[in-house]
Amino acid sequence: MYHKTLPYRIFNITNTIFLLLIALCCILPIFHILAVSFSAKSAADGNLVSFWPVGFTTIAYEKTLNNPIFLGSIWIAVKRTILGTALTLALACLAAYPLSKEVNAFKSRNIYAWIFVFTMIFNGGLVPFYVVIQKLQLMNSFWVLIIPSAVNVWLTILLLNFFRGVPKELEEAALIDGAGHFRTLFSIYLPVSLPALATLGLFSIVFHWNSWFDGMLYINDKTDYPLATFLQTVIVQRDMSSMSFNPVEMAMLSQKTVRASQIFLGALPVMIIYPLLQKFFVKGLVLGSVKE
Amino acid sequence: MKRIKNWPFHLMILPSLIFLIVFNYVPMLGIVIAFQDFKPWLGVFDSKWIGLDNFRFLFERKDSVQVIWNTFIIAGLKVIFNLVVPFFFAILLNEIRKAFISRTIQTLVYLPHFLSWVILGGILTDILSTDGGLINRMLVSVFNIDPIPFLSSGNWFRFTVVLSEIWKEFGYGTIVFIAALANINPSLYEASEVDGASRWKQTIYITIPSLLPMAVVVGTLSLGNILNAGFDQIFNLYNSLVYAKGDIIDTFVYRTAILEGNFGLATAVGLFKSVVSMILIVISYRLAYKLANYRVF
Repeated sequence: MYHKTLPYRIFNITNTIFLLLIALCCILPIFHILAVSFSAKSAADGNLVSFWPVGFTTIAYEKTLNNPIFLGSIWIAVKRTILGTALTLALACLAAYPLSKEVNAFKSRNIYAWIFVFTMIFNGGLVPFYVVIQKLQLMNSFWVLIIPSAVNVWLTILLLNFFRGVPKELEEAALIDGAGHFRTLFSIYLPVSLPALATLGLFSIVFHWNSWFDGMLYINDKTDYPLATFLQTVIVQRDMSSMSFNPVEMAMLSQKTVRASQIFLGALPVMIIYPLLQKFFVKGLVLGSVKE
Repeated sequence: MKRIKNWPFHLMILPSLIFLIVFNYVPMLGIVIAFQDFKPWLGVFDSKWIGLDNFRFLFERKDSVQVIWNTFIIAGLKVIFNLVVPFFFAILLNEIRKAFISRTIQTLVYLPHFLSWVILGGILTDILSTDGGLINRMLVSVFNIDPIPFLSSGNWFRFTVVLSEIWKEFGYGTIVFIAALANINPSLYEASEVDGASRWKQTIYITIPSLLPMAVVVGTLSLGNILNAGFDQIFNLYNSLVYAKGDIIDTFVYRTAILEGNFGLATAVGLFKSVVSMILIVISYRLAYKLANYRVF
């Protein structure tokens, strides 16, 4: 019984502390940003803040949340996330069902599967893609954020592998009872695949919420940016032009705290949603992508 | 009868197929731009054909060769560490028997994976700044050294890129290993215990060998990423000071195309990357199938 030996106990305690410290390293930077965002200008600019606000104030958040461009970009991001995720999930469900069939049940299955998989191993690159977007008149349109990324082959394969685990008897019973394939998909497969759908939903939500490059590349007007793109201009390019500072505010506000408040608000939705779905994505990921 | 039965299948695939053709296959035809002196106002059909000039230019230009090397080095280091770190982290995590502690650790280490490089780039440039950033403040006060130019000196930049990538992804990478650990047959441990094996011996002779097939799969599959050094990350962290050591193919393509307007060269670089990646992916999937009997679907 190794659990009771002294060396193992010492190891176990050291190990637990070590891993807890590593885990702490993963969240401390967020705490630091949070502390900066609630700190006073002098403390933030003087680099005095570590993990607790110095001179507590909410003025950075007031400024951020009063910026119409910031609020507008949140709305665009929410729209894009909801519509994009709905479209991606719908397409993935429809495509994964026939692709999960055996070749003898669906003869063209392998051809289709290769058409899907080939897009994962080869792509035309940035310039041809840009030209296609231009030719389709998608530049500067909201839909450029949703349509080009609508099919996610990786998620489709994840769902396909999950569908394969669904007992054949369920499908046979439904078909014998006279249900068509659409009916079988919607009334049999989808209800039993909720963990997989939650996984796909989470990945798609995170993808859309975090996507910034398409907004930057295809949209010119800052007021049409989704949140992630807007944040990129503020956080990385340090472009503060969308915020007008009056002299009184200049004295109290530091760019650092305003930036920190925006970083934190941008990260918040994702930080809330992934722990709730942790049970699902751990299982969904393992079932969908790893097979013996 | 059989034909009637199959039409819903085709119908279900059709919407995805249309999207794939328009947004994946049509752009593939666009690689002809790599062989043209492409001018946007002339388009694909009227731009001048220049054969392999773009590729010759690509391998003659010093900066583009350097960029390929940078990509290879940064991505290679990422591939190695993204395999090794989650492997051992999962083994150590497996030793923690208290479910609550184990779950909490997992939740915390998954966090950075879900944040975008825009957010993380903002956080990292703040805490790694030489001008009073949190990390440098700690290092200076503990070790009494000069502030480290994490993001403004070439070699340190590579180090920072690789380390921050591990920091972001190692937790997420442990998921498959934790699953593989849960699948190990408990009777192996029971039998070895009867034989008087210590936990260390069990780890060496049972745990690690049982995890190796999964490590082979993860390792071989990540070979296809050997030219994916991480556009989002580099783009949000780099600056002109570190182009020499930190510029990678994807950021180079972006600057060459969008900022310099040299579309032909940018497409050529992109095509070079796509072809090399494709070869590596095909090889790696073959290997994964041979070594660990892994198939994508």
